[in-house]
Amino acid sequence: MAFLDFVPNLGRRVLLTIPNLGAAARFLLRSLVAVINRHFSIQQLLKQVYGFGVRSLLLMMVAAFFTGMVLGFQGYYALVRFGATSALGTLVALSLLRELGPVLTALLFAGRAGSALTAEISSMKATEQLNAMEMMAVNPFAWVVAPRLWAGIIVVPILCAIFDLVGILGGYLISVPVLGVDGGTFWAQMQSNVTFSGDILTGLFKALCFGLVVTWIAAWQGYAAQPTAEGVGNATTRSVVTASLAVLGLDFILTAFLFT
Amino acid sequence: MAAEALVELENVHFSRGPHLVLAGVDMRIPQGAIVSLMGASGGGKTTMLNLMAGTLAPQSGRIRVAGQDLQALDFEDLYRLRRRMGMLFQHSALFTDFSAFENVAFPLRRHFRLSEGILRKLVLMKLEAVGLRGAAGLMPAELSGGMARRVALARAVVMDPMLIFYDEPFTGLDPISVGIIATLIRRLNDALGATSILVSHDVQETFSIADYGYILAGGKIIAEGSPEVLRASDSELARQFLGGQPDGPVPFHYPARDNYATALMSSAAAGEVI
Repeated sequence: MAFLDFVPNLGRRVLLTIPNLGAAARFLLRSLVAVINRHFSIQQLLKQVYGFGVRSLLLMMVAAFFTGMVLGFQGYYALVRFGATSALGTLVALSLLRELGPVLTALLFAGRAGSALTAEISSMKATEQLNAMEMMAVNPFAWVVAPRLWAGIIVVPILCAIFDLVGILGGYLISVPVLGVDGGTFWAQMQSNVTFSGDILTGLFKALCFGLVVTWIAAWQGYAAQPTAEGVGNATTRSVVTASLAVLGLDFILTAFLFT
Repeated sequence: MAAEALVELENVHFSRGPHLVLAGVDMRIPQGAIVSLMGASGGGKTTMLNLMAGTLAPQSGRIRVAGQDLQALDFEDLYRLRRRMGMLFQHSALFTDFSAFENVAFPLRRHFRLSEGILRKLVLMKLEAVGLRGAAGLMPAELSGGMARRVALARAVVMDPMLIFYDEPFTGLDPISVGIIATLIRRLNDALGATSILVSHDVQETFSIADYGYILAGGKIIAEGSPEVLRASDSELARQFLGGQPDGPVPFHYPARDNYATALMSSAAAGEVI
């Protein structure tokens, strides 16, 4: 009987998910377009950029530094067997610029800023602040959602660039002073094998897409949350889990299109 | 009820999923009056306020505010109309990251380009009217429930609205605060020449300030009239509600599938009873 239940249950879930996806897509569109609404404020946008960016900066830098150092170690032990440690700079830089930088930045951003964003919007909903705004004829999409969404789109690529830089520095500090790889070779190989448009820009483009997706999911989960204490908690958890999986899935798709 | 109607509802139906909330409601709110909407919890009172404010749309029927059909208005016109409405929410709904002053200033800042001097005067006048000018710099977390409600009231009337909605304004307040809020509702309504719609189940306080009242039950209006008329209503339901009797047409017991004795004798586990 369990199998017989499985089919209708699956159908029911799919039927429930499709309108939700539609509502989430409409939500995204309304929020992006709200940038031309007269209640959209640059000050609010800058406040969010500051909140998302500056407050996540230290976390990103520490994570990037360790990631870079681990890459230096692992790369060195793999390459030293073939006598190819001269390629270590290229390996560290390409891994960070193409994959680890954008993905780890987005995952950390989802955990640090995304969860806070979901909690903020869902508690604004639970305490009727969004309704109050509607009643004051102020579009909550323009005042609350749009500045946060655009801030996410702006901030994640910048955080990613910083992540890349600090990561490469971490890789350098392990490879050259600690493991004894030649510094000149480390930088020269990196310079000749990393391209600006093919590696750096495409990595940042990935980060931009992740920024949009993570902020969209976080804001939508907050907006669609049940307006109760339990609803706020559930939405926050769902926001981080969904955003993290979406980043990894989207990374696969983007990599397939951008780097082939 | 001779004055011109500011809000009119004609045969309004509204349901949430399978649950019918309003089943053909007709209502007429005269200009300048304080009209109360009473009924049991979950009876659709707040839904009615949302319908009148245009934040919800009815499945059928017509709602007119200031002569404008809400269903025929586009987004911009609806927002323009809402600038002339104010709403006091059940839990105040103050913006937690703004001070009391900034909460009251919020609608003015968003809709007008006023100099800081004029804005300050306008906000302080409203805060003074609710007796909280001295609390202008406090954050919502530093206000008591009654004070927060008064700041929210100042915010609701800062644009000098023609129509003010009050959603359970007395809930969760001490008797002194209830008295203050009731007096303020009457005083502000008369001073602004506004019309107020008051959703509440606090019968005494509501009747002390309302000019007219409606009692809502089962998605329909079961009684209407001035407080005196409502008190003398021959509707059993209205009498049960106004008298606060635990049992009557609205039963004390939630309907169960089997009878009490059978349920006690049954050996089913607790979860299976339901």
